[in-house]
Amino acid sequence: MQLHRTLVSKLLLVVLLMFGFGFALVPLYDVFCDITGINGKPSATPATVLADNIDTSREVTIEFLARPNKDMPWIFKPEIRRLTVHPGEIYVMNYIAENPTSRMIVGQAVPSVSPGQAALYLHKIECFCFTQQQLAGGNNMLMPVQFYVDPALPAQFSTITLNYTLYDVTASWQPDTATAKSGE
Amino acid sequence: MTNTRCLVWSLPTLFFAASANASTSMPLNMTKGATEISQQVYQLHMTIFWICCAIGAVVFGIMFVSMILHRKARGGQPASFHESTKVEILWTAIPVVILVVMAFPATTTLLAMDDTSAADVTVQITGSQWKWHYKYLEHDVEYFSLLATPREQVANKLAKGENYLLEVDRPLVIPVGKKIRFLMTSDDVIHSWWVPAFAIKKDANPGFINEAWTRVDEPGTYRGQCTELCGKDHGFMPIVVIAKSEEDYLAWIQQEETRIASEKAAEQELLAMNMSMAELMSTGEKIYQGWCVACHQATGMGLPGIFPALKGSELILNDRNGHIDVLVNGRPGTAMQAFGKQLSLKELAAVITYTRNAFDNNTGDTVQAADVFAVQQGKGE
Amino acid sequence: MSAITTEHDDHAHDHKPSGIKRWLFTTNHKDIGSMYLIFALVMFFLGGSMAMVIRLELFQPGMQFVEPHFFNQMTTVHGLIMVFGAVMPAFTGLANWMIPMMIGAPDMALPRMNNWSFWILPFAFLILLLSLFMPGGGPSFGWTFYAPLSTTYSGDSTALFVFSVHIMGISSIMGAINVIVTIWNLRAPGMTWMKMPLFVWTWFITAFLLIMVMPVLAGAVTMVLTDKYFGTSFFDAAGGGDPVLFQHIFWFFGHPEVYIMILPAFGIISAIIPTFARKPLFGYASMVYATASIAILSFLVWAHHMFTTGMPVFATLFFMYCTMLIAVPTGVKVFNWVATMWRGAMTFEVPMMFALAFIVLFTIGGFSGLMLAITPADFQYHDTYFVVAHFHYVLVTGAVFSIIAAAYYWLPKWTGYMYDERLGQLHFWCSLISVNMLFFPMHFVGLAGMPRRIPDYALQFADFNAFISIGGFLFGLSQLIFVWVLVKCARGGVPATAQVWEGAEGLEWEVPSPAPYHTFETPPVIK
Repeated sequence: MQLHRTLVSKLLLVVLLMFGFGFALVPLYDVFCDITGINGKPSATPATVLADNIDTSREVTIEFLARPNKDMPWIFKPEIRRLTVHPGEIYVMNYIAENPTSRMIVGQAVPSVSPGQAALYLHKIECFCFTQQQLAGGNNMLMPVQFYVDPALPAQFSTITLNYTLYDVTASWQPDTATAKSGE
Repeated sequence: MTNTRCLVWSLPTLFFAASANASTSMPLNMTKGATEISQQVYQLHMTIFWICCAIGAVVFGIMFVSMILHRKARGGQPASFHESTKVEILWTAIPVVILVVMAFPATTTLLAMDDTSAADVTVQITGSQWKWHYKYLEHDVEYFSLLATPREQVANKLAKGENYLLEVDRPLVIPVGKKIRFLMTSDDVIHSWWVPAFAIKKDANPGFINEAWTRVDEPGTYRGQCTELCGKDHGFMPIVVIAKSEEDYLAWIQQEETRIASEKAAEQELLAMNMSMAELMSTGEKIYQGWCVACHQATGMGLPGIFPALKGSELILNDRNGHIDVLVNGRPGTAMQAFGKQLSLKELAAVITYTRNAFDNNTGDTVQAADVFAVQQGKGE
Repeated sequence: MSAITTEHDDHAHDHKPSGIKRWLFTTNHKDIGSMYLIFALVMFFLGGSMAMVIRLELFQPGMQFVEPHFFNQMTTVHGLIMVFGAVMPAFTGLANWMIPMMIGAPDMALPRMNNWSFWILPFAFLILLLSLFMPGGGPSFGWTFYAPLSTTYSGDSTALFVFSVHIMGISSIMGAINVIVTIWNLRAPGMTWMKMPLFVWTWFITAFLLIMVMPVLAGAVTMVLTDKYFGTSFFDAAGGGDPVLFQHIFWFFGHPEVYIMILPAFGIISAIIPTFARKPLFGYASMVYATASIAILSFLVWAHHMFTTGMPVFATLFFMYCTMLIAVPTGVKVFNWVATMWRGAMTFEVPMMFALAFIVLFTIGGFSGLMLAITPADFQYHDTYFVVAHFHYVLVTGAVFSIIAAAYYWLPKWTGYMYDERLGQLHFWCSLISVNMLFFPMHFVGLAGMPRRIPDYALQFADFNAFISIGGFLFGLSQLIFVWVLVKCARGGVPATAQVWEGAEGLEWEVPSPAPYHTFETPPVIK
C-alpha cells in the first residue's frame, strides 16, 4: 500500500505540474514570441534603448495599416500609407482617429507586424497602443507612434507592415486605472 | 427509426437523383493551379504520393505473399526467428534517407512561398462572419464580397446553378503577371482564405495579420472557400478571384474608384430625399437576402436561443430609433455586427424599412437615409 | 498486496453482490473492464448515429434535413463522443480486463479509484448530450474548439461542454494513474520489464502520455471558460491575448492525444499477429523502443496542425522535419509485423482478419499523414476532406479496428464461449468493404477542394458524397452484426478452452475460460 501511495503521489504531482504547465504556456508563449517574433506581436512596452548608429545606406519601407474592429464605430486611419526609413533613425507617424458617435468611446489598438520576425526589429519608443485611448463623441485626435527600425534588421526584410486593429473596450474600461494601464 | 428504414429503401433512387444533379465532373487529383508555386506544390504532392505508393507496394506485397505462402493450410511449419539487429537498422535507415530526400524540395518550395517582398499590388483581406472584405492598399477601393447563390437554391426550392455556393456578388480582381501580396486578418473568429489554384491557404486571425503572395500567369476566374470552421455559415463564404490583364485591371480599378466616389456623393443627396415604400422594400429585400438571412432566416424567425426573431420583435414594433441603432452600431458581444460601416445609408434605410414591414410586422412606416444618418451621428435619441 | 483488495477478498470470495449494486460498487477489474467496454460500445453507436446525420445531410447538395447550426453541433459532438467516449474508454476497458491478467496481478492497484474513474464517465457524457437540448443548442465549434469561436462567439452550452470535458479528463487521468501503478508495482515475480506483453508496454507509455497531456486540456478548457465568462483575455486580441495561442495549447494536448488513441492499438496488433502466425513477435525490443520514441516525438510535432496559422518559416520547418521523423518508428512497427508473418503458419480467424486490415489501412492513413507533413502540400490538404480521410483511416480502420480485433480475440476468455466465426467473418467483410467506400473517396473529394465541416457543397462533389454516404450507412449497419455476435457469444456457444487460440501465449491464456472472477490471487511465477 505504501508502495502505491508514493507512486500515486508522484504521478499526481506530474498531473498538477502539467496543469500548471498548461497555464505557464501563456507567459512562455509570450516570452517565446518576444524572442522569435513567432506571432508578429511587437513589444507592448516602450523601447528604452536607442540605436547607436543610423544606417543611411539602407532603406526600409514601413507600411501602415489600420482597421477598426467591426464593433468599433471610430474612423481610424494612418496619416500616410507608407514611409521609407533608414534603420536607426527615429520617426514619428500619426494615426487619425475620429469618434462620429455622440458618446465617449474608449479604444485599445492592438499592433501586429508582418513578417512576424520583423516585429523584433521594430522598436516603438512611444505608441498610442501602449494605453487605452478615450475620445468624446464627435471629437477627433492625432495618435502618434514614435519608432525606429533596428539596424540589425536582417537583409531579407525590405518591407515591414504595421497593422493596428482598434477595439472598443468601453465596456471593460475603468476610469481610475485606465491612465496607468497598458495593454495587458 | 422509421427514417432509417425509409432511407435504406430510397437510397438507390436518391443516388441516381444525385448523379443527375451534378453537371460538372470532379477532378480526381489536386489542381496544378495557375501559378509557378502551385505547380511546385503539385509536383511535391505527386512525388510524395508515388514514394508512398512504392513503399506501400513493397510492404503490402511482401505481406500478401506471406499471407498466401505461409498459411497453416499449406501445411508449413512456422519458423522461429524473431529478431535481427541488422534488419532493424536497415529499415530504420532507409526511411530516414527517403525522408531527407523528400525534405529538400519541400523546404525550397516553402521558402519561396514565404518570400512576400517586392510586391506590385497589396490587398488586405478581412474575414468576418460570413463574408470577405477586400481592400486595395494602393487605391481607394474596398468592398465586401458575399455569397451570391440565392438561399432558395440552398433550400432546394430553385434549381442549383453551375457555380452553386462558389459564386459571390463582388469578386476580387487582380492583374496577371504581377506579384500580389495578400494581408489577412479577421474581424471576429478565425477564418482561412483558400484559393486552390494559387496554393494559398492562410488563416485570418483576429487582431493579427498574415501574409501570402501569388503571381497568376493566366487570366481567368479562380474559386475557393473559407477553410476554417467559423460558425454557422462557414460553408457559405466562398471566394472568387478574377485575374485580368493589366489594362483591364487598371480600368476596373478606375471604374470602382468612380463608383465608390459617386456612391459617397449620392449619400449626401439622399439625405434630402424621401424614397418610396416600394423602392425601399424591393432594395431592402435584396439586402436582407444577402446580409441578414444567414442568421435571421428567410422567415424572419431567427434560430431560437441564438439568433433572435424579427417577426413580432418588440424592438422593431415599439422602438424605431432603437431598431435603427442596432443596425448601425450592432450589439457588441453578439453576432449582430455594426452594419453602419458596412452598408450605405440607402441600403440601411431600405433593409430597416423592409424588416419593419415584412414578416407580418406591418408597422407601415418607412425609414429614410436621413433617419439612419441622424442615428449614426448620435442625434437620433 | 494492497489492504483494500485483501479486505474485499475476505467477504466477496467468488460470490458477488447481485443486481445493480454489483455494478455500482464493484471494484473488480473485470467488472469495471466490462462496464467500460459496454459504455464504449453504446457511445460508439451514439457517436455513429451522429455521423449518420452528417452523412444524411451531405448525401445531396442543398440543405435537406438539418440546419447548418445543428450540423455543426453534430460534427462537434460526434468528434467528442468518438474520441473521449468510444475509443479512449474502450482502450481503458481492455486495459482493465487484460493488464492484471497479463502481468499476473490479482486486480488493478487502486480498485476503488477504478470504480470512480468509470462511474463519473456516464455523467460527463450525459451533460454533454443534454447540452444539445439547450436553447441555442450544444457545442458547435468543432471538437477542437478553437478560440474565439468557442469563447466570445459561442452559446451558453460552452459552460456545460467545459464541465463535461473536465470530468472526462479526470476520469482518464485516474484510469492512467491506475494503469501505471498496477504495472509498476503489481507485476508477478519474474515478470521483468522486457518480458511484459507489448499491450502492457504500449498502455504503460500511453498512460504517461495521458497524465501529461490531459491536464493541459483541462487548462485549455478552463481558459476558454474564464475568457468567456470571467473577463480574462488569454485568447482575445482586444485584451492583449492571442487566438493562435489557443491552438498551440490545444494541439500540445491534441497531438499526444492522437497517439493515446493508437499506441494501445499497436499493442493489440502485436499480440494478435504472433498468435495467428504461430511465430514469436519479430523485434520485440525494437517495438518497445519505437513506441517510446513515437511518444516522445509526439510532444514535438503539435504545430503541424497549424501550418496555415502563419508561423514563421523556421518554426514551420522544425515541425515539418519532426513530423516526417515520426514515420520512421511507425514504419519500424509495420515492418516488424510483416516480418512476424513471414514464414509463419497463418490462420485467418476474425481477430487476425481485423489485425491484417489494420496493418494495411492504418498504413494508408500513415501515408496520407506523411503527405500532410510536407508543409507546402499541406497548404492544399489542410482542413479539406483529405484530412478527414486521413484521420478516419488512422482512427476508424486503425484504433476502432484494433478494438474490434481485441474484442474478438479475447471474447472467448471473457465469456467462456467461442463467438460465431461465420457471423464474425460476415461482420469483417461488410466492415472492410463499407469502411473503404466511406473513407477512401474522401481523399479524392479533399484533393478536388472540398473543405471539411461544411453542411453543403458545390455540385461537382455531389456524386462522391452520395457514394460516401452510402458507404457510411452500410458501415453503420455492419456494426449491428457486431452487436449480434457479441450478444450471441455472451449467451452461449461452443465452450472455449483455456488457451482458446492454438498459437496464443501469455498469462491470460493460462487461466480458465471464462476467466474466474478473481485471478492470480497468488502470483504466478514466470520463468
